[in-house]
Amino acid sequence: MTSDLAQYLVTGIALGSIYALVALGFVTVFSVTGAINFAQGEFVMLGAMIAAQLVRAGLPLPLAAVAAVAGAALVGALVHQLGLRQAVGRVSPLGLVMITIGAATAIRGLALLAWGTDPRTLPSFTPGPPLEAAGAVIDRQTVWIVITTAAVLGLVYLLFQRTAVGRALRACAADLVAARLVGIDARRMGLISLVLSGAVGAVGGVALAPITFASYDMGLMLGLKGFVAAVLGGMANAPGAVAGGLILGILEGFATPISSGYKDALAFLVLIGVMLVRPHGLFGGGIGLGRV
Amino acid sequence: MTRRDLILLGAVAAAILVAPVFASGYVLGILVTTGLYGIATIGLVLLVGLAKQVSLGHAAFYGLGAYVSGLLGTRLGLHPLVTIPLAAAAAGAVAYLVGRPVLRLRGHYLAMATLGLGVVFQVILNEWVDVSRGPSGFSGIASIAVPIPGMTRDGRTLYVIWAVALAILALSLWLVRSRAGRALRAIGDSEIASELLGIGTATWKLRVFALSAAYAGIAGALYAHYVTFLSPQPFGFVFSLELLVMAVVGGIASVWGGMIGAFTIVVLTEVLRRSLPSSLPGASGELELVLFGAALIAMVVVWPTGLAGIAASIGARVTPRLRRAIRPAHG
Repeated sequence: MTSDLAQYLVTGIALGSIYALVALGFVTVFSVTGAINFAQGEFVMLGAMIAAQLVRAGLPLPLAAVAAVAGAALVGALVHQLGLRQAVGRVSPLGLVMITIGAATAIRGLALLAWGTDPRTLPSFTPGPPLEAAGAVIDRQTVWIVITTAAVLGLVYLLFQRTAVGRALRACAADLVAARLVGIDARRMGLISLVLSGAVGAVGGVALAPITFASYDMGLMLGLKGFVAAVLGGMANAPGAVAGGLILGILEGFATPISSGYKDALAFLVLIGVMLVRPHGLFGGGIGLGRV
Repeated sequence: MTRRDLILLGAVAAAILVAPVFASGYVLGILVTTGLYGIATIGLVLLVGLAKQVSLGHAAFYGLGAYVSGLLGTRLGLHPLVTIPLAAAAAGAVAYLVGRPVLRLRGHYLAMATLGLGVVFQVILNEWVDVSRGPSGFSGIASIAVPIPGMTRDGRTLYVIWAVALAILALSLWLVRSRAGRALRAIGDSEIASELLGIGTATWKLRVFALSAAYAGIAGALYAHYVTFLSPQPFGFVFSLELLVMAVVGGIASVWGGMIGAFTIVVLTEVLRRSLPSSLPGASGELELVLFGAALIAMVVVWPTGLAGIAASIGARVTPRLRRAIRPAHG
């Protein structure tokens, strides 16, 4: 029984890591531009699909992964330049949501045109027999997911805390008007936030694809789950979003044996519950992207 | 309701009345679908346009209406005249229960809650097989076509659905100019200012949300009696999005916009489907998705008032010139 519990925990942490990456993307874009980016899940899909496509074309996996992340970052840039750039500050928050919903729909449609409905596979980063620990069977890719997520979170932390761009991003999140007054180009920061969330999402997609399948419609559910995670964390709270992702993943991991069918509903019951009890997230309001 | 609204309502009613005589079954199908989606979209227009709240789960209310009416009819043998109002009440009641705690909060919490509701609804439809019959669905739902000899079923259904659609249009046009409409517009402009004026913001938002869900429930129930077969598949997140696209493209600030948006998107979808016959086998509607997405972005960025807004601004420019042309002496 304990080994079962360990197994669910491992599955949950792997899932939760991906949710955490998606949630981080939500928080970054929301903090800097004020838009809830419903295209966030599509970045994960793009990462997985582009990598799968390139590997099939004969590219080595590391190269394909880098290209996939760059591709998704480019799409993030396009979402900003073609939609949000014109709208931020001019259109209501409702309008911004509509724009990102439009972008998500268009990206999904293009992916369907390009790749069709067939699911794609991606090889594991390091193929081999699964590991065993504490009675749980751990797929090697699961370990890679956790390592990759930790590495990305570390890099993003350094970017926010140790670089001039990171400080400017945090300034925009803290107070957009004040940031402009000290000469920060808010539109450029908006662009950077979308490029960053595109890249972070795509890393999640590349890491996830070997244990699930990659398909054009995987972004919808992942995006929704990441969104729930971000709300759990308080929407404008980056560490909270990561914690929210892990909590959600682990909850789902433990819910799987009870009913795999109702698993997807769980996230949203949690969401509604949190909104009733703690509408500003589990960890209270506003740590933001860190103090400026 | 203004005189112009009355004239337009009359014109639409007349067009629907003669449609079965002139139009083919294909065109009648488009008109029926427009009526169904239009009812649901008008509900969204009231919610989004007036109270500035988004529902990302309206497909669930539509589906709930469809299933309530369909199941009560097939299981208990109740008449559609009984089950359709019950379906509307059920959708409104669920919206009330979800909205009551959520709408006390300011901000976009309703969008999230309805998103969750949509997913939960899909899961229940697929998993609670004893009641919903699961993913394979069920058939044998009574038709609501009025018995007129010598007319096709499409035409006879069209009358019923548009009778309801026109009633909803009229009710909504009256509503936006009533005390409720003014209160909701005030809330949409500024919640804090409205509260200071003594408007119970939470109560009004809750009422319009429940009404909007009830509209979707009615539309869904009518849909069930039109297609006479139900499965969970059509009531997913994509349909919620599609309804939102209809509202935005038509114009979220106008009741007519809801109907215009529904008509535009239904026709656009059909045109795409016919002009790109199976260019890619295995999946239908790839380009639809791309174009819907692009249309949504373009509308918000370029014409935030939607097609109804464009029509109104053209009208405002043309009408004075027309008046001058007709009555030069009074110019």
